[in-house]
Amino acid sequence: MTKSELIQQLAGENPHLYLRDVERIVNTVFDEISDALSRGDRVEIRGFGAFSVKEREARTGRNPRTGEAVEVAEKKVPFFKTGKQLRDMLNP
Amino acid sequence: MAGETLTRADLAEVVYEEVGLSRNESSELVESILSMISETLIAGTSVKISSFGTFAVRQKSERIGRNPKTGDEVPISPRRVLTFKASQILKQKIDGSWDGSLEEEE
Repeated sequence: MTKSELIQQLAGENPHLYLRDVERIVNTVFDEISDALSRGDRVEIRGFGAFSVKEREARTGRNPRTGEAVEVAEKKVPFFKTGKQLRDMLNP
Repeated sequence: MAGETLTRADLAEVVYEEVGLSRNESSELVESILSMISETLIAGTSVKISSFGTFAVRQKSERIGRNPKTGDEVPISPRRVLTFKASQILKQKIDGSWDGSLEEEE
């Protein structure tokens, strides 16, 4: 399923809404999660899952092709943990 | 990182402010989005949200685990797990290296 399919389905269930509004609603939700993570905030959606940001320390990596050592700067990476309810529903 | 935590109520509030529907309907729509994604994943289908990321279900086969307290071996039953892979754009936004382009990666 893609974002546009999600929008189509939501629009189908809400025939009183304009498609462009449904599009805005879906985009708003994902943009807000992205913005929160970019600020360093967590997003916790009970039953579904939690998005957070983890900090990776700087390390010396290696170019796997040449074996050359390269400095990898510290960075922030997104992380998702599945909520208990969804995890249980995946394994009935 | 001493950030704040957003909840589904915050997401509903942003939808309310952005679209101008009632608070009630805004929160129902957020709920619908989450349950559509969940239902799709439970059916075993991946969900790809462009410029955000992909949720995918992976099948894990049975393996032998160990009770860390007693050291006893216990079989871990086969199960399905959900993975989320952030898009290149989301990774860059979080890392502060996003240049504002919406070119789809991969």
